[in-house]
Amino acid sequence: MRKLFSLFIALLILLSLCIIPTYAEDELFSDEVVEYYANLGLQGTVLNVYNWGEYIDDEEIDVVSAFERLTGCDVNYTTFESNENMYSKLSGGGVSYDVIIPSDYMMERLMEEDRLEKLDYSNIPNYEKYFDEERYGYLVNDGLKDYGVIYNVGTTILIYNTKYIKERPTSWTVMWDEQYAGKVLMFNNPRDSFAIAQAILGQDFNTIEKEDWDAAAELLTQQRQKVSPKYVMDEVFNDMESGDYALAAYYAGDYELMAENNPDLDFVLPEEGVNTFFDAMCIPQGTQNKRGAEAFINFMMEPEIALANAEYIYYATPNKAVLENEDYSLIGSEAVYPSEEPVAQEFHNLPNDTLQYMNTLWMKVKGENNTAGLYIAFFVAIAVIILVIAVSILKKKRMKRYYEI
Amino acid sequence: MKQSSFIQKIVNAPYILWSVLFIIAPLIMVIYYAFTNADGAFTLENIAQIGDYTSTFILSIGYGAVATVLCLVLAYPFAYFLAQSKASFQRVAVMLVMLPMWMSFLIRTYSWLTILGESGVINRFLGIFGIEPLHMLNTGGAVILGMVYNFLPYMILPLYTIMAKMDVSLVEAAEDLGCNRLHCLRKVIFPLSVPGIASGVTMVFVPSVSTFYITQKLGGGQITLIGDVIEGQFQTAYNYNLGAALSLVLMVMILICLGVLNYFTDSDDDGGVLI
Repeated sequence: MRKLFSLFIALLILLSLCIIPTYAEDELFSDEVVEYYANLGLQGTVLNVYNWGEYIDDEEIDVVSAFERLTGCDVNYTTFESNENMYSKLSGGGVSYDVIIPSDYMMERLMEEDRLEKLDYSNIPNYEKYFDEERYGYLVNDGLKDYGVIYNVGTTILIYNTKYIKERPTSWTVMWDEQYAGKVLMFNNPRDSFAIAQAILGQDFNTIEKEDWDAAAELLTQQRQKVSPKYVMDEVFNDMESGDYALAAYYAGDYELMAENNPDLDFVLPEEGVNTFFDAMCIPQGTQNKRGAEAFINFMMEPEIALANAEYIYYATPNKAVLENEDYSLIGSEAVYPSEEPVAQEFHNLPNDTLQYMNTLWMKVKGENNTAGLYIAFFVAIAVIILVIAVSILKKKRMKRYYEI
Repeated sequence: MKQSSFIQKIVNAPYILWSVLFIIAPLIMVIYYAFTNADGAFTLENIAQIGDYTSTFILSIGYGAVATVLCLVLAYPFAYFLAQSKASFQRVAVMLVMLPMWMSFLIRTYSWLTILGESGVINRFLGIFGIEPLHMLNTGGAVILGMVYNFLPYMILPLYTIMAKMDVSLVEAAEDLGCNRLHCLRKVIFPLSVPGIASGVTMVFVPSVSTFYITQKLGGGQITLIGDVIEGQFQTAYNYNLGAALSLVLMVMILICLGVLNYFTDSDDDGGVLI
């Protein structure tokens, strides 16, 4: 009886193993597409993809394994959490990636440092077919197009909770309003936070003038004194959805995600201007599988895949097939696809000394402490320690003398 | 020391290799980066820039010291009573102390966010009684709490170990000679437990001073300690040289702090009666 039972279980397991691979892939893609990827000769090759976390669909369609099944290529998929993280991994050497997805300024930096391969667009036929050149082509004008294909586009955005703020704000300066002290969320990265101050001051986001950065830092310090904002990245979701905070600066697509969970939230594209950014799929130098990488980039632009990714990520996609698809749920979202183009600037790569200067200022903004009190406490502590040491030495000496007598 | 045999050398080799590769070599790299600029030329500029961060250094040491003292105050009585209790209870209690360490440090810190938040567990509970939500996150207190919570086991374990091994007859002798319990604690148990205190303090103080994750999550970026500055130099400014210089100075400062500590603990060993 027992044996029969275990046999039954074993059969069940076997059966379930058989069921999983029979996926509805063939129904998803036309025969043409299936054939195209099958005939690339990628069977048995390995592709290392390095992407942002949570930046590819793995629910509706498991994009990575769909690619693996179609091409027979083995994908090593790893993720990073910031451009800088990715950069240090890449420049540190010892690793080899075939597809990376940096943001605009990082892509520029990698390009200037000659770390990217030129793309062969004849291997990426979907670019011609689906890329919305008219709307997004300007972003990759300065030679960037040769090195990468835009994956997603977005802007920064001001999110506010209508529970706290009755009147629709129009300007970033509301984040300096003392009424909302303790209820403001700022980016916990220097570039995005500085861009807000720079927008208010009417500066170029890519300025290399020290005075400009000083002025922006001064403004951020004032903000810290007035409303003591919390500096966050991913925690912004929890904080805004729970309704604990009134204002946050974040990325447009993420607003849609938050608004689904907290209907009190609303957004503004502030009049001073926002930052338009994009993430692009690039191939780093030293790739072992350039053909596979190009196939992957092409695959990401397949209408079905691009739609699944767009529905998952919530950022604006430059894929025409998705934008024309009636099933796409974000069509008409004013946050992601504003009907009126907002005032916007893009980030470019900054020279190293400007970057370092910005970072020093950022640390000063965040490290602004009550220094006078701090120094007094420190010197009192040192004095106490010295006193205790002195007393103990004296005591010891007296002891010694006592024993000697 | 007798001359070590060939076999002994062979046995030691992996450990020596390990420490050279993962302790000495990184240290040399830190020193190299600290004294060079981006082009690899010798410079003292990085060290000179550290003056800008004096207040951050002091703040870090202050936070580390407060967290360490709190840990000590909490852990000492606990370890004392633990060492006195039944063996079966000791086993369970020690395991419970270590249990949180089986989980990732990051997750444990992150979960405090949901406890302390404006609509977190505590504030919801207070809300039942109509109490206004308390502002607990993003304060110095939350950072200290995170440090104490995370590093408390590192204080309890060495204290417990040394107290469990303590010779009971010494305590009994003190009592026979007319010490009351308080006197006994001060004159016998405390001096005997000093090595445990020293290692506990070291194990709590060093990670507290250099932490950056706790300040980022529980301090909400409001409190910047030196660990955050160093992380920023490597992650966003690409200024490895300044980052290395800061790390080097931090190491030297920790060394000084531990030196002061050792001064107190050592003087006890050679029989001097302290304070």
